[in-house]
Amino acid sequence: MDADIRTFLKEYDGPDVNIMEVCGSHTAAIAREGIRSMVSDKIHLIAGPGCPVCVTASAYIDRLIELSYIDDTTVVTFGDMIRIPGSRGSLRDAAGRGAHMAMVYSPLDMIEMAAESPEREFVFAAVGFETTAPAYALLLEQLMAKKMTNVRLLTAVKLMTPVIDWLCRKGPRIDGFIAPGHVSVITGSDAFVPAAEKFSLPFAVAGFEGEDILSAIYWLLKSKGKGRVVNLYPEAVKPEGNVIAREKLEKFFEAGNAAWRGMGTIDGSGLYLREEFSGFDAGSRGLDRDSKYNEACMCGKILAGRAEPADCPLFKGGKCTPQDPQGACMVSFEGNCYQSYINGEQR
Amino acid sequence: MCVAIPGRVIKVNDDATAVVDFDGNTVTAMSGLTTVRPDDYVLVHAGCIIQVMNKKEALELKDLFSELEDM
Repeated sequence: MDADIRTFLKEYDGPDVNIMEVCGSHTAAIAREGIRSMVSDKIHLIAGPGCPVCVTASAYIDRLIELSYIDDTTVVTFGDMIRIPGSRGSLRDAAGRGAHMAMVYSPLDMIEMAAESPEREFVFAAVGFETTAPAYALLLEQLMAKKMTNVRLLTAVKLMTPVIDWLCRKGPRIDGFIAPGHVSVITGSDAFVPAAEKFSLPFAVAGFEGEDILSAIYWLLKSKGKGRVVNLYPEAVKPEGNVIAREKLEKFFEAGNAAWRGMGTIDGSGLYLREEFSGFDAGSRGLDRDSKYNEACMCGKILAGRAEPADCPLFKGGKCTPQDPQGACMVSFEGNCYQSYINGEQR
Repeated sequence: MCVAIPGRVIKVNDDATAVVDFDGNTVTAMSGLTTVRPDDYVLVHAGCIIQVMNKKEALELKDLFSELEDM
């Protein structure tokens, strides 16, 4: 990277600038690479709701736990999900009380599991953003091809562009977005053009190395006030995204209102199985409102960029830790609180 | 779980999966979202290949930023 760019970012002395990232991998990379120490104090890097596990509503966890207590049912999840607190504890807590659950690396693993135990019902905790949803479409195709009827999905799939629109209207002042690199692989960089133009904000699609992020910040600073999008991650992101993946999403899913942890219900921000595939649904449509969770937890404000982890009494009081997380943002490696905790970042 | 990891395809199977090598660790991933060939570098997320990486597209940042300075 050009030394002049590093110097510019470190010595920037213009008006304060707020830059938000909405990808958990960017949140982790910014902490890992020490990006905050490499830019001026006038450049504020704000973590938004980009960690799919963190944004999962409490009501969704409660429903997974209910399902896990049914005798002939196994709830199948990716690893992080078992530690997310619902209103009455987490799936991990429920495991100690007789819940049936399994963790997998890939939806493919669940197909094997379900084929080996046809007498059991398997419910997959299908969370994630546009990045993950195509894997669920492939899973459904395989289930139909194999004529398997003992697998259903409890979906909590979130869409990035509606929440960005919500953040621009209801979040903190934002002067530019580091657009989510992996979501963009599927949606394409063009997906951010409408928001860029609507709010006159620059969006930089970026990769995950330190120099990628610094380059994005530099481009955003230079583009402040301009409604435009740049793709700084062209080795993986195309303007149109992954067209096959987008077609599969369109085939199986439709948009609907979705609950985001602590942020409320955002119109059109979720994906739900279409009516013709509702036989694979485990009750996702009824989960578009959140339920209560630990009242002291500030996950909602932290996800919306309105508070830092250090503002949370549970974080600063040492009651919320990776070993004993009180909120979702402390569970995932990509969570803002987790990253702040392990890196001891002062913001 | 937003993480996607780059790896190299070492075998393409008949059942819409491919074997991907991550620095010596191999994983069978779903390949139905892309057309993959052996030796392709791919991004894998949640057990699914989400894109074939195109190294030829590496950016000339210097050129891009030169344009910024001219604006």
